[in-house]
Amino acid sequence: MSQMTLLVNGRSHTVDVDPATPLLFVLSDDLALKGPKFGCGLGQCGACTVIVRGQAIRSCITPVESVQRAEITTLDGLGTIESPHPLQQAFIDEQAAQCGFCLSGVILSAKALVDRTPAPTDDEIDRALSGVLCRCFAHTRMRKAIRRYAASRRA
Amino acid sequence: MSARLTSDARAALGSAGFSRRSFLRGSGAMVVAFAAARSTGLESLVSAQGINGRSATALDAWIAITADSRVLAYTGKCELGQGLYTAQVQLVAEELDVPLSRVALTMCDTAATPDQGTTSGAQSHPANFNQANLALACATARQALVGLAAQRLNLPAANLATGDGAVFVKGEPSRRVAYGDLVGGRKFMLDLDATAKRKNAADWKVLGTPVPRLDLPAMVTAQLEYVHTVRVPGMLHGRVVRPPSVGATLAGVDEASVRGMPGLVRVVVRKNFVGVVAEKPFQAVQIAEKLKVSWTPGPAIPAQAEYYDHLRKDRASRDTFLLDSGDVDQSLRGARTVVSATYLHPFHMHGSVGSSCAVADVQPGKATLWSATQAVYPMRDTAAQLLGLQPADVRVLFTRGSGCYGINGADTVTYDAALLSQAVGRPVRVQLTRRDEMAWENFGNAFVIDQRAGLDAAGTIVAWDYEAWSPALGGRPGYDSPGNVVTGWLAGFAPAASTPRAPAPAPNTPLNNNLNTAPSYVTGCVGGVCRGTGTVRSERVLSHRTVSPFFTGPLRAPERFQNTFAHESFMDEIAAAAKADPVEFRLRHVRDERLRAVVRTAAGAAKWDARPSPRAGRPAAGVARGRGISCVLYEGDNGYVAIVAEVEVDQASGTITVTRLTGAQDCGPISNPDGVKNQFEGGALHGMSRALFEEVSWSDQRVTSVDWRGYHTFAVGVRTPAVEAVLVNQPSAPANGAGETAITVVAAAIGNAVFDATGARLREIPFTPARVKAALSSRGTA
Repeated sequence: MSQMTLLVNGRSHTVDVDPATPLLFVLSDDLALKGPKFGCGLGQCGACTVIVRGQAIRSCITPVESVQRAEITTLDGLGTIESPHPLQQAFIDEQAAQCGFCLSGVILSAKALVDRTPAPTDDEIDRALSGVLCRCFAHTRMRKAIRRYAASRRA
Repeated sequence: MSARLTSDARAALGSAGFSRRSFLRGSGAMVVAFAAARSTGLESLVSAQGINGRSATALDAWIAITADSRVLAYTGKCELGQGLYTAQVQLVAEELDVPLSRVALTMCDTAATPDQGTTSGAQSHPANFNQANLALACATARQALVGLAAQRLNLPAANLATGDGAVFVKGEPSRRVAYGDLVGGRKFMLDLDATAKRKNAADWKVLGTPVPRLDLPAMVTAQLEYVHTVRVPGMLHGRVVRPPSVGATLAGVDEASVRGMPGLVRVVVRKNFVGVVAEKPFQAVQIAEKLKVSWTPGPAIPAQAEYYDHLRKDRASRDTFLLDSGDVDQSLRGARTVVSATYLHPFHMHGSVGSSCAVADVQPGKATLWSATQAVYPMRDTAAQLLGLQPADVRVLFTRGSGCYGINGADTVTYDAALLSQAVGRPVRVQLTRRDEMAWENFGNAFVIDQRAGLDAAGTIVAWDYEAWSPALGGRPGYDSPGNVVTGWLAGFAPAASTPRAPAPAPNTPLNNNLNTAPSYVTGCVGGVCRGTGTVRSERVLSHRTVSPFFTGPLRAPERFQNTFAHESFMDEIAAAAKADPVEFRLRHVRDERLRAVVRTAAGAAKWDARPSPRAGRPAAGVARGRGISCVLYEGDNGYVAIVAEVEVDQASGTITVTRLTGAQDCGPISNPDGVKNQFEGGALHGMSRALFEEVSWSDQRVTSVDWRGYHTFAVGVRTPAVEAVLVNQPSAPANGAGETAITVVAAAIGNAVFDATGARLREIPFTPARVKAALSSRGTA
């Protein structure tokens, strides 16, 4: 075990954990965040996605020691029920979810994309979401929501 | 309130001002008294579907009114991602005339809600939106409130109306009594009244409208509670160690192999069940990986490559004639043309995106289980069996999980958590690994289906013969079979027994086409009662149920997906043999008007190009384009659907691209059009994934499709076809299911479109490029 400092959603946290612990376990167990979720533990589905240094990464295969002091954003950190982030609002407007378990992967992969590419092409959206699974198959609405958000950023 | 409640339950209870437990305890005697005093026939009304559990006849079990005129409603049908929370709140708001914001709905908590069995089988809408259960409770409550107001105001009930949480005098809306002033905080002490009048659909203001999902803002901002996010004080973390292969039994556990590892609380063994408990989740992972466990292999299972042949030859089957007009062989001998084909369907998995999770707190004589099970009351009873407790000692709180549509690992992991918690006497959270989820869930059944049909000289079908082989093992545990899922079996409970039976007895009850085993084109006559939707009188439907090497269970449109793939592909083959347009040919052999209507509506919306398939002048190489149709009356009585698929087939690579899916669906009155559309879209794409990509694979007794590299689907980044649904509203018809209709017809629609494009017939799911190329190269030789 060792002490580590994490900067999550704008707040600093010190945790005492095995440095090899996957970031996901620390976020959901030690910090009690609800956004990132364990889907596969293999980096194949995206349910555990968080944004680190502007990149959407898989927290289930990221050792916590590798992201010390980096800015980490989870789905919890984007907006609130009362004041959702515009991307979250786009998902509400398009009713783009069913069970919602996959949303960290879908929303944060899209956010990281639009943050660096404000006017993404459909091919760029394809690539950003190419490793994100939704087994309720709300794909059509999710892609509409992402395009709606990107368009609103350009407007 | 305690952090142990679901957020929905907290919302309902937190502001209720009284304890739900004491509320129910107080009304318990009343339920019995009323049941003895009045025989209303309600038992048959609410238990017509076995799937719907024991239900409740007391109004107070369903509806409570608070002093400030809010409505607390209790349902045994849960939100699985299908939008049922919102639709049920709409129902309550509509029938009781209160704003949506003044309804708090508690779902699926054995300490609070009626026993409505299992949320499954596309039965939630039928169960709670017709003249029974929740809808009837709302109508009874409204009638009672009007009656109380009539007494209070000394006016006839006919002079009163309801609105905005109050009863008012018609034409004099300022003379009003709020619900809370009539009954707030007290019990109704009434039975459901089978004659209570629901609102006419024509008068609906909230129900029938596209109310946005009430849970979605919390979902997208990560505030919604899932069972995966439940944390209770003192909670430990468990991990299970499953056998390496099917049927293996435990030979030994070397506890010394993990002794001294950080965080280890205990290694738990019960018969063949092995698990570990640790202080922190990552410690549990490391301990489970390190623990040395030896297993004795089980009996050999057939190799995958020979499995379909094995199924057909397995003599230990239970055989059933659903239909047998007795003249099929004779009709086929007299037919001008006989068409025959065999269809193959592999095991499919639910493959939920989240591996299943549960939290259990088992104390002496008492257990609390947070579970994403679709069956809280059955879970209460079977968990009690597993733990050696009485059902009354067990509380199961449904807590949302990852989308399932059947039975993923939610039930089995609840048993896992319960066994581990009982062993250590503290709350334990267990989340399965991806491998354990995928290798041990209850798969959707494999199928081999042989069909023959005869055509007369006019191109009319004169006989239809169906014979199928499919394996099963276990399933939903129900109220008494914990061995139907892997953990119960490991802990020593047997799966429900299968009794071989051959030959099959002659059919002697009217057709129940619950599994869509009978095609849409037969008359379905037994003993003079004809419940089929079609016109073909010479009909035979024979099923052989064998024992599966893997656990099986209901997976979205269970068995109906498989059967409908075979029927609707075969209907296309018959139409091609008759050189008829597939839509016209279907209409010629369907007599059910609502099924005919969805076929015509889907064809119209898709701008169907009427002509026989395959397309004349199709290219022999390169990209070929085509369209195909498929339809069904789901479960024989639970919703009509037709879908047209348009595809492009790259004949060099064998790749199918579905470019458009256009459908029509009639599920009775529409409670929420956007919710139904969302289900239609999701179901259509789920069906496409199953048709094109999905297949459970195994080797040497081990399931090998244990992650997303071994079990194929498509990501959100894959461009999907345009999906368009025409919803046919039937306000005066009974409410049907809407979550499993669209998926049922997709595979055949795609296969039929590939045939139209290329002349190649696909008879085995999934339609992999290799299979497409094989079908392309055998064109003209079949």
